[in-house]
Amino acid sequence: MSEPSHTLSDSVKQAILAEVPKYPEPRSALLMALHFVQAEIGHVPLAVQREIAALLGLRPIEVREVVTFYPMYHEHPVGKRNIQVCVNIACALAGARKVVRGLEERLGVRVGERTPDGAYSIEEVQCLGSCGTAVCVQVNNEPFIENVRPDRVDDLLRTVG
Amino acid sequence: MAVERYLLPPDGADWRSLDAYRRAGGYEAAQRALQGLAPEAVIEEVKASGLRGRGGAGFSTGQKWSFMPKPGGPKPTFIACNGDESEPGTFKDRQIVERNPHLLVEGLIITAHAIGARAAYVYLRGEYVTGFRTLVTAVDEARAAGLLGSRHCGIEREFDVHVMRGAGAYICGEETGMIESAEGKKGQPRKRPPFPAVYGLWGCPTTVNNVETISQVPAIIRKGAAWFKSIGTPTSTGNTLYGISGHVNRPGVYELPLGTPLREIIEVHAGGVRNGKRLKAIIPGGVSMPVLSAEQVDVRMDHESLKQAGTLLGTGGIVVIDETACMVRAAIVIARFFRHESCGQCTQCREGTAWLYKLLRRIESGQGSLADLETIDQVGGYMEGQTICALSDAAAWAATGFLRRFRSEFEAHVHGKGCPLPESFEP
Repeated sequence: MSEPSHTLSDSVKQAILAEVPKYPEPRSALLMALHFVQAEIGHVPLAVQREIAALLGLRPIEVREVVTFYPMYHEHPVGKRNIQVCVNIACALAGARKVVRGLEERLGVRVGERTPDGAYSIEEVQCLGSCGTAVCVQVNNEPFIENVRPDRVDDLLRTVG
Repeated sequence: MAVERYLLPPDGADWRSLDAYRRAGGYEAAQRALQGLAPEAVIEEVKASGLRGRGGAGFSTGQKWSFMPKPGGPKPTFIACNGDESEPGTFKDRQIVERNPHLLVEGLIITAHAIGARAAYVYLRGEYVTGFRTLVTAVDEARAAGLLGSRHCGIEREFDVHVMRGAGAYICGEETGMIESAEGKKGQPRKRPPFPAVYGLWGCPTTVNNVETISQVPAIIRKGAAWFKSIGTPTSTGNTLYGISGHVNRPGVYELPLGTPLREIIEVHAGGVRNGKRLKAIIPGGVSMPVLSAEQVDVRMDHESLKQAGTLLGTGGIVVIDETACMVRAAIVIARFFRHESCGQCTQCREGTAWLYKLLRRIESGQGSLADLETIDQVGGYMEGQTICALSDAAAWAATGFLRRFRSEFEAHVHGKGCPLPESFEP
């Protein structure tokens, strides 16, 4: 299945241009720009990276090296609901591995994959900064789902929507 | 005696709005400092308070500020406020940005006055979406009320606060990694010197302070250095936000004086170890800091006491581990984290973090030998003090720390060809 082609929408372009004056150099708006794109499209395709580069006066590689350096950006499509499970120490102690396995069983895909209909993907992430409410899960860039119980993965999936 | 809080609002109180924060005495310290205190006087007061950075390194805040050039130089100066908090076990700055964002803004206003900064950039970790919204709302409110901008708090001087978001890389909590990231680049730390006070954001003099550090400043100005010094120990002054997580009944963030005994934090505040289990290990200040064994639980949580105990205070993020947990597995989780977060520019760190993870995996699976244990120490030795930033040191301390404190459990994996604690959590 080929992915639809994407371009920078006018609203995202406006949001990026509104970000630029906050910094002495336009390049500093890059991380926020990529967040805006990902919130709209779900990932940051190469074609859009080139548009952002042109907008901020950068070479395309200067955008791409940032996209590929930071775990929160995806160059390729992930599921519409990208379920990120923290597997670091506090969450691991609270049973994060069981949460991951439960999601894999119910969705029929492994970590790093997305379901055939493109609805879900599972990702293991490092500490989300919610150690007091382990296990912590984040879907896309929405507020955390906290205190996830490893024996209640069905409840988690209902919350994920 | 009840602890007097000044970082977090009282239970049940909502101080997120400007009105609520002002009703609680908010922004009085900023008004007083800007209208009544010379910048040098603010720096002297903060120096006298003994305030040390709450981001992990514990450096004197007043001293750091005094490294900044005098105002009126050829380049503008900036505050880079570090809210990237990604050290596993650490979730305290989030409490400030989500529950008391104006405290941070007020602290930034006073700090900017002290060092002559034109703007502050708060670099918040990208996952903190609620904190980002709350803080941006607070900044907008403060700007609309004339507390920020070209004429702020009644004085003619430009100062504004901007909130920016990271994107999931732990290394951006390292001060120069954060500066690179804020400039729109990969967050790879810079070589020092030059230090940020000379060459920081966009090549301009910059002070890098953690969110909690900046949030300590209003109380110091309001109540004075002597009051601040009366809290804590002589060399670790003031309250701090201890995050406590893992196998305890009431995990969370507790505002308590520096020097509070670890046992008190675990047993009184966090309600003790869960399910009546026995305490086994405690990570005292985020996973970068060497682990303590249960026998060390009477240590006080301040810089000097923890140093004597062979570890460090770090971020004050306490992870409590009970007797059911396998220490090799705990070390694996942490080694996997550092392998993932190494930025890759220094060979010792890039290769060393991967080696430590592989060695620990092999030991856990029962395929390891006693020689592998020596190799962990050897690799750790190659990683310390050899790299641009301290991530490599932290990865080495964590792995060798677990090995040193729980060596017999590591050896049991070798002799028994597998984990002696099959009921343990999985890595």
